[in-house]
Amino acid sequence: MSDQSSTRTPTGDPGGRSSSARAFPEDPISDKPPAPAPEAPPARKKPTKVRAGDRIFQNLTTGAGIFVVALIALIGIFLVVQAIPALKADKVNFLFNHGWSTNDPANMAFGIADLAEVTVATSLVALIIAMPISLGIALFLTQYAPAKLARPFAYVVDLLAAVPSIIFGLWGILVFAPAIEPFSEWVNSTFSWIPIFAPGNIAPNVRGTIFTAGIVLAVMILPIITSLTREVFERTPTAQVEGALALGATRWEVIRTTVLPFGKAGFVGASMLGLGRALGETIALAVILLIPQGRNFDWSLFDGGATFASKIAQNYSEFNNPTSAGAYIAAGLVLFVLTFLVNFAARSIVGKKVG
Amino acid sequence: MKIMRPLGAVGIVASAALVLAACGSDPSASNSGSGSNSAAPAATGTAQVDCGGKSPLSAEGSTAQKNAIEVFNQAYNKKCSGQKVNYNGTGSGAGVKQFNANQVDFGGSDSPIKDADLEAATKRCASPALNIPLVVGPIAVGYHLSGVDNLTLTPQVIAKIFNGGIKNWNDPAIKAVKGNESLNLPDKPIQVVSRSEESGTTDNFQKYLGAAAKDVWTQGAGKKFVGGVGNGAQGSNGVASTVKGADGSITYVESAFAKDGVTPAKIDSGSGGVELSAENVAKSLDAAKFAHPGTNDLAMDLNGIYSSNVPGAYPLLLTTYEIVCSKYSNPDVAKAVKAFLTVAATDGQQPLSAKGYVPIPQSLQDKVLKAVKEIS
Repeated sequence: MSDQSSTRTPTGDPGGRSSSARAFPEDPISDKPPAPAPEAPPARKKPTKVRAGDRIFQNLTTGAGIFVVALIALIGIFLVVQAIPALKADKVNFLFNHGWSTNDPANMAFGIADLAEVTVATSLVALIIAMPISLGIALFLTQYAPAKLARPFAYVVDLLAAVPSIIFGLWGILVFAPAIEPFSEWVNSTFSWIPIFAPGNIAPNVRGTIFTAGIVLAVMILPIITSLTREVFERTPTAQVEGALALGATRWEVIRTTVLPFGKAGFVGASMLGLGRALGETIALAVILLIPQGRNFDWSLFDGGATFASKIAQNYSEFNNPTSAGAYIAAGLVLFVLTFLVNFAARSIVGKKVG
Repeated sequence: MKIMRPLGAVGIVASAALVLAACGSDPSASNSGSGSNSAAPAATGTAQVDCGGKSPLSAEGSTAQKNAIEVFNQAYNKKCSGQKVNYNGTGSGAGVKQFNANQVDFGGSDSPIKDADLEAATKRCASPALNIPLVVGPIAVGYHLSGVDNLTLTPQVIAKIFNGGIKNWNDPAIKAVKGNESLNLPDKPIQVVSRSEESGTTDNFQKYLGAAAKDVWTQGAGKKFVGGVGNGAQGSNGVASTVKGADGSITYVESAFAKDGVTPAKIDSGSGGVELSAENVAKSLDAAKFAHPGTNDLAMDLNGIYSSNVPGAYPLLLTTYEIVCSKYSNPDVAKAVKAFLTVAATDGQQPLSAKGYVPIPQSLQDKVLKAVKEIS
């Protein structure tokens, strides 16, 4: 039921707007792909003579498109080229080793296992906290809030995205961490039998933990998830909403039967984009997280550590030889690939729905 | 717009207040300048300066002395109006490289240049290159332990704490240090806090431990902390705020950050506990030996300072150097460099204390001025 109705909406909406003529022969079963296909070729065929302005504009836009792709490719090549000498000099397994020793270019032993685990852990904590809150905000803004309130409220949420991450970092470590310390201690001592709440590797300190960092990170990715989700929810077809209301559905039932099924994929995609941002977040984490000396990440939320990005940020000022720098660049390469995959997955989820 | 304007004004007032607070609350500011002690008539003299020459001078190097160079620049500009130095804080290695490549008029470095670098610099100058120490900053061993505010530590104990040999504050080794007998040291684990990024402070601290507690500190030196215990925090401010927030923690940090809950420990190198103060640092510098005695190259023998036990001398400090030519091919450059270094060694020293450095003592100032005078 929900599936059928949602496939119908994209057809009805853009089709009805772009050409009113085609709105007539439309029947509910015909789906979207055929619709744009016949539309595009006639538009191009009719004027056989291509005007100069058209051509220039097309070239400009094509160029812009190629530029971005080339840029990404060049960044990838740069990372690979710089990383290879360091990877060759690496004495241990790059992917599975937990240590990081790059001071002596002749005797380098570094692996990204710890960085990867901390990166994933902080991002997951952030995501788990941010997803339900974002969903709540988006639903509130689109379904409950009066229009007068919704717009300024949405601006405020978007404004959150404009706060520089160093501000979040400083707030996190100077204000938030001390404030949440009693709660962290309570969770830590009460639930220490659950592995993820076990005493951390920076104990007895409970401020510069993945727990703290994850919450701050959640605040940072809230606006991205919220605004994208809100956009998707706003597009819920009015006809469906009104239909549900006509059938006697309450507000909550309307959300459950129309808004959520329609916006689910968009919400998941938005969350993945938020995850992408969380994975790459740098300076806030560098400021908040304490880094244990000689102990590895142990899957406790009260551990400290360094993520890919924070590790690079902390050490970039002392890249004094290309081989040692290459080790960090190799870590950056892994992060590059990781965020690329996450974004790719996010896009394909969002795209599946729209296309 | 109506809302923004008052906010902007508030911002300006707030930042001004911050700047003022930063100047006012500095502990070392109150320490310095009270140089009635014969060992520490901190350099105040306003020397005769022969202004002129190239402006702006270009310089590059150590980030540790960037703030100091800014102070010098202000003094230089005041003394020789219109003259200034453009200093690029890119790191000691880069500074030496640029100096040797003849890209800048002088370099800034956390450690004196020697060996291959010195040869290259001599080649660039076509005359001996000189290390001129102008910026001295003590490092505090700062701790936060409720109920204890008068701790004395020996280099051996410090080394053991920072490499995990001592793990608890009630360890008998801490109690056994002279001056700690009456302290009520709690049964509390020691949280060591270090710098998580590479840092010259870490390098000097570890060199100090390697020199002063040879048998205990076998980890070596380097810009990365190699003690293998505790947690790393980002930047001096990061370690200081971490220590502030954690009872039972200890760190090493530039003296300017050892305040408001981070207490600097006294260091006992064998002749009794020595407090961290400008006078006591000056005593250490007075007793310092030079790597090339008798020449104008004032590279200091830091190992000598670190392992000395001169009574009342605070040994844990770092010095940064300006790398200059003893003879510049362009007399214009030579004139400006001389004028700048002269101002830096005289008028520039006193205001340094507000930035957490200590003014160089008379004895060193004399040597610096002599060396600068002979630059041509």
